[in-house]
Amino acid sequence: MLHCKKLTCVREGRILFKDLSFTVNSGEIVHFEGANGVGKTSLLRLLTGLSTAYAGNVFWQGKDISIDRESFYQQLLYLGHKTGIKAELTALENLQFFQAMQSSRLDLNLWDILAKVGLAGYEDILTSQLSAGQQRRVALARLWLNDSSLWVLDEPFAALDKLGITVLEALFIEHVKNGGIVLLTTHQDLSIDASLLSKIRLIAAVDDLYV
Amino acid sequence: MFNAFLQVVSKELKGAFRRRSDILNPIWFFVIVVMLFPLAIGTEPALLKRIAPGIIWVAALLAALLSFERLFKDDFIDGSLEQLMISPYPLAWIVSAKVFAHWLLTGLPILLVSPLLGIFLSLNMDTYYALLLTLLIGTPILSLLGAIGVALTVGLRKGGILLSLIMLPLSIPILIFSTMAIEAAAYGQSYLGLLALLGAMLVASVTFAPFAIAASLRVSVS
Repeated sequence: MLHCKKLTCVREGRILFKDLSFTVNSGEIVHFEGANGVGKTSLLRLLTGLSTAYAGNVFWQGKDISIDRESFYQQLLYLGHKTGIKAELTALENLQFFQAMQSSRLDLNLWDILAKVGLAGYEDILTSQLSAGQQRRVALARLWLNDSSLWVLDEPFAALDKLGITVLEALFIEHVKNGGIVLLTTHQDLSIDASLLSKIRLIAAVDDLYV
Repeated sequence: MFNAFLQVVSKELKGAFRRRSDILNPIWFFVIVVMLFPLAIGTEPALLKRIAPGIIWVAALLAALLSFERLFKDDFIDGSLEQLMISPYPLAWIVSAKVFAHWLLTGLPILLVSPLLGIFLSLNMDTYYALLLTLLIGTPILSLLGAIGVALTVGLRKGGILLSLIMLPLSIPILIFSTMAIEAAAYGQSYLGLLALLGAMLVASVTFAPFAIAASLRVSVS
């Protein structure tokens, strides 16, 4: 269970959002909506503990995430705009690193997973030589590998083709049915059953802009 | 946990060997700077003996500065730094692995080319041993101190100058004690006390620097 209490985010002296509180239970997909620059990425980074809130706290299973980072990070998988894929390593080497570093299922064969994301035949090619969409797929392959329960995904569908999006949505549904949580931002319409999906819409504040 | 350390080190080494110029450039720079001095001021052995410690250590410091950019910068740009920061291991431990890899790629090669420099600057055997020992103890301290500076400046667009402003004053004690030790050796005196002081600095920086690096990264990346 992820709980946010009175989060306030300030960037460059501007308040992006103020006193934001919500709770996400296991088995839920939450879609953060809003126009560009409204603070979706900032919110996701606050939820991962990568940046600190101006005010407010984030709790995971009832514990403040800034106090016990290591046990929170065992349960977290975050994919940002920047994929974290090393250009001078091959797709396989990148995945091997993540498999070893994060709580992963060690029984899975990385070649199978790369084939699943449509990268069969590209395992030994340096990721710098792959296309943007293929690089994205290398990063997304981590979703199959990982056994964390909380997925925080910033624009996971960027640069993906239609088939890739369908496969990914099916994976999200499977993940929440196993008791996981998916938090994501996207400008695409999701074709996911409304009983699993909740939406949080961020709206630009008009008054009370400056701290 | 030890496995995580090895994973980070091997990933760094793998990446570096695919881009060899990153390793070779600082070493070339180091060798060439040291070589320029005898050419510029003459090859009189007494004079060279007098200034050799200073030349070598200043060159080592500048070469180290050149190499720091790539310690966290690339990782920051492609997002792998964020991924390391949310890995389930203590960040101080992960950055220790990165700094260790950095030392293997920059400090160790300097040690390996140092016999060549001993010949260029006509050092005798005792002086050369002292040089080798000070480099062995001093270059890891440089890597650790530099990493604090890089961690503080990684989010800035033009962090290079700021990095040298942070890093060079911090490295003055190492410079003083190392060159004093080499000089003492050149005049046949005992330099163990000075080495012990350098060793104490190394122990202190190995103990505390990873926490400072981790804290600086948390500030810079947010």
